[in-house]
Amino acid sequence: MSEPSSSFPQQTVSDKTLRRKTLFAFVFFIVFLAGAWATFKWVNRQPKEGGALKPLRKTLNANERLFSAMFDANKLVKEYPVSAAAKRVRVNGMDGLRDSVNEETWRLHVVRSSGDTLHLTINDIKKLPKKDLVFDFKCIEGWDQVTHWAGVPLKTFMQYYHLNGQSKMKYVGLQTPDKKYYVGIDMPSALHAQTLLCYEMNGKPLPANQGFPLRLIIPVKYGIKHLKRIGTMFFSNDKPADFWAERGYDYYAGH
Amino acid sequence: MKTIVHKHPLAVRWFHWINFPVLALMIWSGILIYWANSVYMIGPAHKPLFKFFPQGFYKHFHINHRLAEGMNWHFALMWLFAINGFLYILFTIFSGQWRYLLPNKKSFKEAWLVLLHDLHIRKYAPPQIKYNAAQRIAYTAIIVMGLGSLLTGLAIYKPVQFSTITALCGGYAAARAEHFILTIGYVLFFFIHIVQVIKTGWNNFQAMVTGFQVIKPSAKKTSQ
Ligand code: HEM
Repeated sequence: MSEPSSSFPQQTVSDKTLRRKTLFAFVFFIVFLAGAWATFKWVNRQPKEGGALKPLRKTLNANERLFSAMFDANKLVKEYPVSAAAKRVRVNGMDGLRDSVNEETWRLHVVRSSGDTLHLTINDIKKLPKKDLVFDFKCIEGWDQVTHWAGVPLKTFMQYYHLNGQSKMKYVGLQTPDKKYYVGIDMPSALHAQTLLCYEMNGKPLPANQGFPLRLIIPVKYGIKHLKRIGTMFFSNDKPADFWAERGYDYYAGH
Repeated sequence: MKTIVHKHPLAVRWFHWINFPVLALMIWSGILIYWANSVYMIGPAHKPLFKFFPQGFYKHFHINHRLAEGMNWHFALMWLFAINGFLYILFTIFSGQWRYLLPNKKSFKEAWLVLLHDLHIRKYAPPQIKYNAAQRIAYTAIIVMGLGSLLTGLAIYKPVQFSTITALCGGYAAARAEHFILTIGYVLFFFIHIVQVIKTGWNNFQAMVTGFQVIKPSAKKTSQ
């Protein structure tokens, strides 16, 4: 930070020119910094769309278009040995789980089209081929935990129940029985080989706070999309309502 | 009449001053995100010497409970940070400016002499072209750190699609910690950078705005 060497281009100027050049550069510089600050303030004044400032929501949606175009359905999430799985699994939120649930009366309602709904018991689902999955569960808050789950891949489930037309739609929507928690998931992620309709954790039926009797496990998404206690499943070409996307979060929330 | 010497190309000034507000907002939105799982500390877990960060810090600056807002800003500004950084690197390579920026064989030895000079232990600083040895090391390091932030950031942003990067970082949790440590590194760099800029004085600082530095008559004599 001392005098530059004479190898740089030199110029002799009058004092007046020097003052003018300096003044001009600093005026421009201050306008630039003020402009940056004003832009930040302007974005913060914009109306919100789904809890997020509109220009930022637009960027999130653009990111979603880019990263869903890059999504590689064949790329699998790393799986771990069962021994690596945590025994005390973290619980983060009870939205949609506050009512009691009864295994006898619980049904998975699969809306094939309006007025045409399948009602399945947990045993109907347990009859399908079971897959164990030990993976690094990632929460949008920033923590992760290797956990052990089992259930039927959603893809297998949809094939078994001949939901072929539905699997060509853009989104799957899921809701808890009380409809107080709900997520929307793009079809490529829903049909990923490691996306499970899950009924077991650490080799035992799901505990109530982990979504007994049936929850979603979708390793290509953040935890906010792994809806606990599924009541209703439906299909749509429009984005289904999403609990956290209404509260300012990214809709895609994908990995 | 005054003699001026053209020190910083216009492009470098643009990149530098765009980076400043963008990086500041990246760090700010990063803290909004980090708050949600604010676990890093120095020292043993039961009795840490320092916690990143004490709850009072978040409360005082109203940066608690703003995770979504933080992520939304972070994932918008990351594009500006990345594009501006890549253009800067490209410019530095193709304009030949890298010659003043990259440390050379002598730099690591000279950086000590610069440090001793700055600490007033040694009377004379080693000769330099544009940037001294310590600056070369610091500026090159900060560029490498920028790349590091992008890579560790990608590793935690898309750990499945970029699983190779995540694995190279040592896993998801490690990548998050590295991303955080790099940010602490920027803050340290920033303080030293500012102190040095202030110490070196107005003529040097204004050159980062105007592009040129005025040569004092005495300096002109020695360079002839
Ligand atoms: C108020 C904030 C800042 C001020 C006043 C400032 C000032 C300066 C000045 C005066 C120089 C030229 C040094 C010389 O000619 O000896 C410089 C160069 C540089 N600064 Fe900053 N700076 C600021 C923020 C930052 C930040 C946040 C970063 C990055 C983390 C940064 C990175 C650099 C780099 C890499 C260079 C070398 C640029 C090149 O020639 O290619 N600066 N800065």
